Amino acid sequence: MRALLAIIHRDLLLVMRRKSEVLTALFFFVVVTSLFPLGIGADTALLRKIAPGVIWVAALLSTLLGLHRMFAADYQDGALEQLVLSPQSMVLLVTGKIIAHWIVCGLPLVLLAPVIGIQFDLDAGSLSVLMATLLLGTPVLSLLGSIGAALTLGVRGGSVLMSLLILPLYIPVLIFGAGAVYANSVGLDTSGHFSLLGAILILALAFVPWVSAAAVKIAIE
Amino acid sequence: MTAHISTTSSNSTLVLEAHELCCVRGERELFSGLNLRISAGNCLHVRGENGVGKTSLLRLLTGLSKPESGEVRWGSQAIALDPIAYHRELLFLGHRDALKEDLTALENIQMYAALDDIALSQEKALASLWRFGLRGRENLPVNCLSAGQKRRVLMARMLTRQAKLWILDEPFNALDIQAVHELQNLMIEHLSAGGLVVFTSHQEINIPNMQVLEL
Repeated sequence: MRALLAIIHRDLLLVMRRKSEVLTALFFFVVVTSLFPLGIGADTALLRKIAPGVIWVAALLSTLLGLHRMFAADYQDGALEQLVLSPQSMVLLVTGKIIAHWIVCGLPLVLLAPVIGIQFDLDAGSLSVLMATLLLGTPVLSLLGSIGAALTLGVRGGSVLMSLLILPLYIPVLIFGAGAVYANSVGLDTSGHFSLLGAILILALAFVPWVSAAAVKIAIE
Repeated sequence: MTAHISTTSSNSTLVLEAHELCCVRGERELFSGLNLRISAGNCLHVRGENGVGKTSLLRLLTGLSKPESGEVRWGSQAIALDPIAYHRELLFLGHRDALKEDLTALENIQMYAALDDIALSQEKALASLWRFGLRGRENLPVNCLSAGQKRRVLMARMLTRQAKLWILDEPFNALDIQAVHELQNLMIEHLSAGGLVVFTSHQEINIPNMQVLEL
């Protein structure tokens, strides 16, 4: 447990020392989501309709921007070897890195969502559903992304390959995340969407850290 | 069974053995049938030309890579059986310094202590950095340090790590004469405290109880 906190602390400290990389991803999210209202104009009915999809797609892409950072820097300077050789289970350390990634790249999206939502003329009910889906969905994005980040370690042009590997896996989260907001706006029950998002999150939590830890070990062998 | 455990729990557990190791990189067989045995207080200097497989051998000994055949044993147990227990006793320093450039020297030492599960007070961490001539530089980010100073931070880590077995890949690189001397003393100290050292180097090193392995 102490090691888990140590690795989260370490990764957050490193991010604080080099803020630009993280701010790029967040700024990307804000700019892309702001381009749509500007491009489409003041058709509020249309904006309200496309809002969930646009915000969710932007969230996927901005998560992807920060993913390569998860293991690549540690791989290059040899710190990943030291992590594998530390007397800790690699699964625990990988989990710590995923949590740190979510705090930096996922949590701010949840907090920014209401501000973005206002541009799309979303009402308070839709905004709260949107935030709740992002809260359940963004950890899944970080978890699944860690597999791609670990598998493409040391591969030239790895980030493009990683996008191709990971984006298809994000589709279920996108469907149920955006679907819940849409269902809420037309007055349907959203509990099914939330149950499925929760199920995906639990499933990912249960399996992904093991898969990523194995992929990291293969990469440094 | 109990008698067996009581005999191995003493100092005799501190033996690193390689049994019939075979290492293949790509299509090429680097070495095969390699046996070695180092016990507490002893030091092994691995020598050989560039590309002969020194680093590969060290990585096999740490368990970072798996041998094609044969096995590495620590205290008569294969290291693959309980890697976490083995890693608790092991310090490996590779070519790359593994220091985070954006963190200070002190933060790097403390961060590794936390990950290696060692209780390390701030005073102790500072004292270890000062011992290797980094007084006044402990709060500089590591990317402001020279290559030799980074190796000195690693020496401070060796001092604080409390590992029994040190596996060092080219530890004398980038060090000035004074620092080479300090590192030799540090290794001799470690050996006389009952530790083990395996290292590679192209320099002539004078350490008592040193065996040489020519690859």
